[in-house]
Amino acid sequence: METKEIEKKKEIKEKKPLEKVCIICAKGSLEDVYATLVMANGAVMEGIETNVFFTFFGLDGITKKTMNHLHTATTGNPAMRMPGGLPFPTMLGGLPGVETAVSGMMRKQMGELDMPPVDEFLEMITAGGGMIYACKLAVDMFKLKKEDLNDEVDSIITIGEFYELCDGDRTQIIFT
Amino acid sequence: MEVQTIAGAQVNVSEEGYLEDMSQWNEDIAREIANEIGIELTDKHFDVLNYLREKTEAGEALTIRKVGKSGVVDIKGLYKLFPKGPLKFSSKIAGIPKPTSCI
Repeated sequence: METKEIEKKKEIKEKKPLEKVCIICAKGSLEDVYATLVMANGAVMEGIETNVFFTFFGLDGITKKTMNHLHTATTGNPAMRMPGGLPFPTMLGGLPGVETAVSGMMRKQMGELDMPPVDEFLEMITAGGGMIYACKLAVDMFKLKKEDLNDEVDSIITIGEFYELCDGDRTQIIFT
Repeated sequence: MEVQTIAGAQVNVSEEGYLEDMSQWNEDIAREIANEIGIELTDKHFDVLNYLREKTEAGEALTIRKVGKSGVVDIKGLYKLFPKGPLKFSSKIAGIPKPTSCI
Protein backbone atom coordinates (compact mmCIF):
# COMPACT_ATOMS: atom_id res chain seq x y z
CA MET A 1 0.00 0.00 0.00
CA GLU A 2 2.72 2.38 1.08
CA THR A 3 4.96 1.53 -1.85
CA LYS A 4 2.07 2.17 -4.16
CA GLU A 5 1.68 5.65 -2.83
CA ILE A 6 5.36 6.38 -3.21
CA GLU A 7 5.20 5.15 -6.78
CA LYS A 8 2.29 7.42 -7.42
CA LYS A 9 4.20 10.43 -6.16
CA LYS A 10 7.15 9.52 -8.35
CA GLU A 11 4.87 9.40 -11.34
CA ILE A 12 3.71 12.93 -10.69
CA LYS A 13 7.27 14.17 -10.47
CA GLU A 14 8.35 12.51 -13.70
CA LYS A 15 8.71 15.06 -16.47
CA LYS A 16 6.51 14.67 -19.48
CA PRO A 17 7.92 16.97 -22.12
CA LEU A 18 5.75 18.43 -24.83
CA GLU A 19 5.85 16.36 -27.98
CA LYS A 20 3.79 18.39 -30.41
CA VAL A 21 2.46 21.92 -30.79
CA CYS A 22 -0.20 23.04 -33.22
CA ILE A 23 -0.22 26.81 -33.57
CA ILE A 24 -3.07 28.79 -35.10
CA CYS A 25 -2.39 32.26 -36.49
CA ALA A 26 -5.64 34.13 -37.18
CA LYS A 27 -4.41 37.73 -37.23
CA GLY A 28 -2.29 39.51 -39.78
CA SER A 29 -0.48 42.23 -37.86
CA LEU A 30 3.28 42.19 -37.63
CA GLU A 31 3.30 41.22 -33.96
CA ASP A 32 0.71 38.48 -34.28
CA VAL A 33 2.45 36.79 -37.18
CA TYR A 34 5.86 37.07 -35.51
CA ALA A 35 4.51 35.68 -32.25
CA THR A 36 3.43 32.63 -34.24
CA LEU A 37 6.74 32.36 -36.08
CA VAL A 38 8.93 32.73 -32.99
CA MET A 39 6.90 30.15 -31.09
CA ALA A 40 6.87 27.74 -34.02
CA ASN A 41 10.58 28.08 -34.72
CA GLY A 42 11.37 27.78 -31.02
CA ALA A 43 9.40 24.56 -30.84
CA VAL A 44 11.17 23.09 -33.86
CA MET A 45 14.53 23.99 -32.32
CA GLU A 46 13.54 22.12 -29.15
CA GLY A 47 12.76 19.03 -31.18
CA ILE A 48 8.99 19.41 -30.75
CA GLU A 49 6.84 18.37 -33.71
CA THR A 50 5.26 21.56 -35.05
CA ASN A 51 2.22 22.33 -37.20
CA VAL A 52 1.24 25.91 -38.01
CA PHE A 53 -2.20 26.76 -39.34
CA PHE A 54 -2.79 30.20 -40.88
CA THR A 55 -6.37 31.37 -41.13
CA PHE A 56 -8.39 34.55 -41.74
CA PHE A 57 -6.17 37.65 -41.69
CA GLY A 58 -3.30 35.48 -40.56
CA LEU A 59 -3.11 34.39 -44.20
CA ASP A 60 -1.31 37.69 -44.86
CA GLY A 61 1.67 36.08 -43.16
CA ILE A 62 2.00 33.41 -45.85
CA THR A 63 0.68 35.31 -48.89
CA LYS A 64 3.58 36.19 -51.21
CA LYS A 65 2.31 39.71 -51.87
CA THR A 66 1.86 40.75 -48.24
CA MET A 67 4.09 38.59 -46.05
CA ASN A 68 7.18 40.79 -46.03
CA HIS A 69 5.26 44.07 -45.60
CA LEU A 70 3.17 43.37 -42.52
CA HIS A 71 2.03 46.33 -40.44
CA THR A 72 1.56 46.98 -36.78
CA ALA A 73 -1.51 49.03 -35.86
CA THR A 74 -0.72 52.66 -34.98
CA THR A 75 -4.34 53.45 -34.09
CA GLY A 76 -6.26 51.63 -31.40
CA ASN A 77 -3.01 50.28 -30.01
CA PRO A 78 -2.58 51.59 -26.45
CA ALA A 79 0.87 50.02 -26.15
CA MET A 80 2.22 52.09 -29.05
CA ARG A 81 4.94 54.52 -27.95
CA MET A 82 7.08 57.17 -29.61
CA PRO A 83 10.81 56.51 -29.69
CA GLY A 84 11.79 57.63 -26.21
CA GLY A 85 8.69 56.24 -24.53
CA LEU A 86 6.12 59.06 -24.85
CA PRO A 87 2.57 57.96 -25.68
CA PHE A 88 1.79 57.81 -29.38
CA PRO A 89 -1.24 59.99 -30.15
CA THR A 90 -3.95 58.05 -31.95
CA MET A 91 -4.65 61.05 -34.20
CA LEU A 92 -1.05 60.94 -35.42
CA GLY A 93 -1.31 57.21 -36.02
CA GLY A 94 -4.18 57.80 -38.42
CA LEU A 95 -2.25 60.08 -40.75
CA PRO A 96 -1.42 58.59 -44.16
CA GLY A 97 1.95 56.89 -44.22
CA VAL A 98 2.50 56.85 -40.46
CA GLU A 99 1.61 53.20 -40.04
CA THR A 100 3.86 52.23 -42.94
CA ALA A 101 6.76 54.22 -41.51
CA VAL A 102 6.31 52.90 -37.98
CA SER A 103 6.00 49.32 -39.24
CA GLY A 104 9.13 49.74 -41.33
CA MET A 105 11.00 50.99 -38.28
CA MET A 106 9.80 48.05 -36.25
CA ARG A 107 10.89 45.57 -38.90
CA LYS A 108 14.30 47.23 -38.94
CA GLN A 109 14.65 46.91 -35.18
CA MET A 110 13.65 43.28 -35.37
CA GLY A 111 16.25 42.73 -38.08
CA GLU A 112 18.90 44.10 -35.74
CA LEU A 113 17.98 41.34 -33.27
CA ASP A 114 18.62 38.82 -36.02
CA MET A 115 14.90 38.25 -36.53
CA PRO A 116 14.52 37.21 -40.15
CA PRO A 117 11.90 38.49 -42.59
CA VAL A 118 8.73 36.37 -42.70
CA ASP A 119 9.64 34.32 -45.79
CA GLU A 120 13.03 33.39 -44.36
CA PHE A 121 11.45 32.58 -41.00
CA LEU A 122 9.08 30.12 -42.70
CA GLU A 123 12.07 28.50 -44.40
CA MET A 124 13.80 28.11 -41.03
CA ILE A 125 10.72 26.38 -39.62
CA THR A 126 10.35 23.96 -42.52
CA ALA A 127 14.12 23.31 -42.60
CA GLY A 128 13.72 21.75 -39.16
CA GLY A 129 10.68 19.71 -40.18
CA GLY A 130 7.92 22.11 -39.10
CA MET A 131 4.79 22.08 -41.28
CA ILE A 132 2.90 25.13 -42.56
CA TYR A 133 -0.77 24.93 -43.53
CA ALA A 134 -3.38 27.36 -44.84
CA CYS A 135 -7.05 27.24 -43.86
CA LYS A 136 -9.27 26.21 -46.74
CA LEU A 137 -12.25 28.26 -45.67
CA ALA A 138 -10.22 31.46 -45.34
CA VAL A 139 -8.34 30.84 -48.60
CA ASP A 140 -11.69 30.49 -50.39
CA MET A 141 -13.06 33.56 -48.65
CA PHE A 142 -10.15 35.76 -49.70
CA LYS A 143 -10.22 34.18 -53.18
CA LEU A 144 -6.62 33.04 -52.93
CA LYS A 145 -4.97 30.13 -54.73
CA LYS A 146 -2.14 27.82 -53.68
CA GLU A 147 0.23 29.72 -55.99
CA ASP A 148 -0.53 33.00 -54.18
CA LEU A 149 0.94 31.46 -51.04
CA ASN A 150 4.58 31.07 -50.13
CA ASP A 151 6.26 27.86 -51.35
CA GLU A 152 6.89 26.72 -47.78
CA VAL A 153 3.13 26.24 -47.30
CA ASP A 154 2.59 22.49 -47.44
CA SER A 155 -1.09 22.49 -48.32
CA ILE A 156 -4.51 24.03 -47.88
CA ILE A 157 -6.49 22.00 -45.35
CA THR A 158 -9.82 22.07 -43.55
CA ILE A 159 -10.16 22.62 -39.83
CA GLY A 160 -11.11 18.96 -39.49
CA GLU A 161 -7.86 17.90 -41.10
CA PHE A 162 -6.00 20.29 -38.81
CA TYR A 163 -7.51 18.66 -35.74
CA GLU A 164 -6.47 15.27 -37.10
CA LEU A 165 -2.89 16.58 -37.03
CA CYS A 166 -3.32 17.51 -33.37
CA ASP A 167 -3.53 13.95 -32.05
CA GLY A 168 -1.40 12.66 -29.19
CA ASP A 169 -1.65 13.19 -25.46
CA ARG A 170 1.37 15.49 -25.21
CA THR A 171 0.06 17.92 -27.81
CA GLN A 172 -0.89 21.53 -27.24
CA ILE A 173 -2.95 23.79 -29.45
CA ILE A 174 -1.89 27.42 -29.26
CA PHE A 175 -3.99 30.25 -30.66
CA THR A 176 -2.12 33.50 -31.25
CA MET B 1 28.19 23.74 -10.59
CA GLU B 2 29.59 20.25 -10.30
CA VAL B 3 32.72 18.45 -11.37
CA GLN B 4 32.23 15.58 -13.76
CA THR B 5 34.63 13.20 -15.43
CA ILE B 6 34.12 13.18 -19.17
CA ALA B 7 36.46 11.18 -21.39
CA GLY B 8 38.92 10.86 -18.52
CA ALA B 9 39.10 14.59 -17.87
CA GLN B 10 37.75 16.49 -14.90
CA VAL B 11 35.49 19.29 -16.12
CA ASN B 12 33.09 21.74 -14.50
CA VAL B 13 29.57 21.40 -15.85
CA SER B 14 26.28 23.17 -15.25
CA GLU B 15 23.23 21.40 -13.89
CA GLU B 16 22.15 20.63 -17.44
CA GLY B 17 25.54 19.31 -18.46
CA TYR B 18 26.98 22.27 -20.33
CA LEU B 19 30.69 22.92 -19.82
CA GLU B 20 31.28 25.95 -17.62
CA ASP B 21 34.75 26.65 -18.91
CA MET B 22 35.12 26.24 -22.66
CA SER B 23 38.91 25.96 -22.39
CA GLN B 24 38.51 22.58 -20.68
CA TRP B 25 37.04 21.20 -23.90
CA ASN B 26 38.71 18.75 -26.25
CA GLU B 27 37.56 16.51 -29.09
CA ASP B 28 37.28 13.42 -26.90
CA ILE B 29 34.98 15.27 -24.53
CA ALA B 30 32.91 16.34 -27.54
CA ARG B 31 32.65 12.74 -28.72
CA GLU B 32 31.53 11.51 -25.33
CA ILE B 33 28.87 14.20 -24.85
CA ALA B 34 27.66 13.55 -28.40
CA ASN B 35 27.48 9.83 -27.72
CA GLU B 36 25.27 10.45 -24.74
CA ILE B 37 22.91 12.48 -26.92
CA GLY B 38 23.07 9.82 -29.60
CA ILE B 39 25.12 11.63 -32.23
CA GLU B 40 28.24 10.24 -33.85
CA LEU B 41 30.55 13.09 -34.74
CA THR B 42 31.97 13.49 -38.24
CA ASP B 43 34.35 16.09 -39.67
CA LYS B 44 31.32 18.13 -40.71
CA HIS B 45 30.15 18.19 -37.09
CA PHE B 46 33.54 19.45 -35.99
CA ASP B 47 33.42 22.25 -38.60
CA VAL B 48 30.22 23.47 -36.95
CA LEU B 49 31.58 22.99 -33.41
CA ASN B 50 34.72 24.97 -34.22
CA TYR B 51 32.63 27.74 -35.75
CA LEU B 52 30.44 27.91 -32.63
CA ARG B 53 33.49 28.03 -30.38
CA GLU B 54 35.11 30.76 -32.46
CA LYS B 55 32.00 32.93 -32.33
CA THR B 56 31.50 32.35 -28.62
CA GLU B 57 35.10 33.27 -27.95
CA ALA B 58 34.52 36.49 -29.90
CA GLY B 59 31.58 37.18 -27.60
CA GLU B 60 28.89 36.90 -30.26
CA ALA B 61 25.41 35.57 -29.45
CA LEU B 62 24.52 32.60 -31.61
CA THR B 63 21.31 31.93 -33.49
CA ILE B 64 20.60 29.15 -35.97
CA ARG B 65 20.13 31.90 -38.55
CA LYS B 66 23.69 33.08 -38.02
CA VAL B 67 25.03 29.55 -38.27
CA GLY B 68 22.96 29.05 -41.42
CA LYS B 69 24.56 32.08 -43.01
CA SER B 70 28.09 31.25 -41.88
CA GLY B 71 28.91 29.25 -44.99
CA VAL B 72 29.80 26.28 -42.76
CA VAL B 73 26.39 24.63 -43.02
CA ASP B 74 22.85 25.71 -43.96
CA ILE B 75 19.96 25.43 -41.51
CA LYS B 76 18.65 22.21 -43.03
CA GLY B 77 22.13 20.72 -42.74
CA LEU B 78 22.40 21.88 -39.15
CA TYR B 79 19.18 20.05 -38.25
CA LYS B 80 20.56 16.93 -39.99
CA LEU B 81 23.79 17.07 -37.99
CA PHE B 82 22.10 17.78 -34.66
CA PRO B 83 18.52 16.46 -34.90
CA LYS B 84 15.99 17.90 -32.46
CA GLY B 85 18.45 20.38 -31.02
CA PRO B 86 20.39 22.30 -33.68
CA LEU B 87 21.64 24.94 -31.27
CA LYS B 88 21.17 23.25 -27.89
CA PHE B 89 22.94 19.99 -28.69
CA SER B 90 25.64 21.59 -30.81
CA SER B 91 26.42 24.09 -28.03
CA LYS B 92 26.56 21.33 -25.45
CA ILE B 93 28.92 19.26 -27.59
CA ALA B 94 31.02 22.32 -28.44
CA GLY B 95 31.59 22.93 -24.75
CA ILE B 96 30.04 26.41 -24.79
CA PRO B 97 27.24 27.74 -22.55
CA LYS B 98 23.59 26.93 -23.18
CA PRO B 99 22.28 29.25 -25.91
CA THR B 100 20.23 32.18 -24.67
CA SER B 101 18.76 33.16 -28.01
CA CYS B 102 15.09 32.60 -28.91
CA ILE B 103 15.74 32.33 -32.63
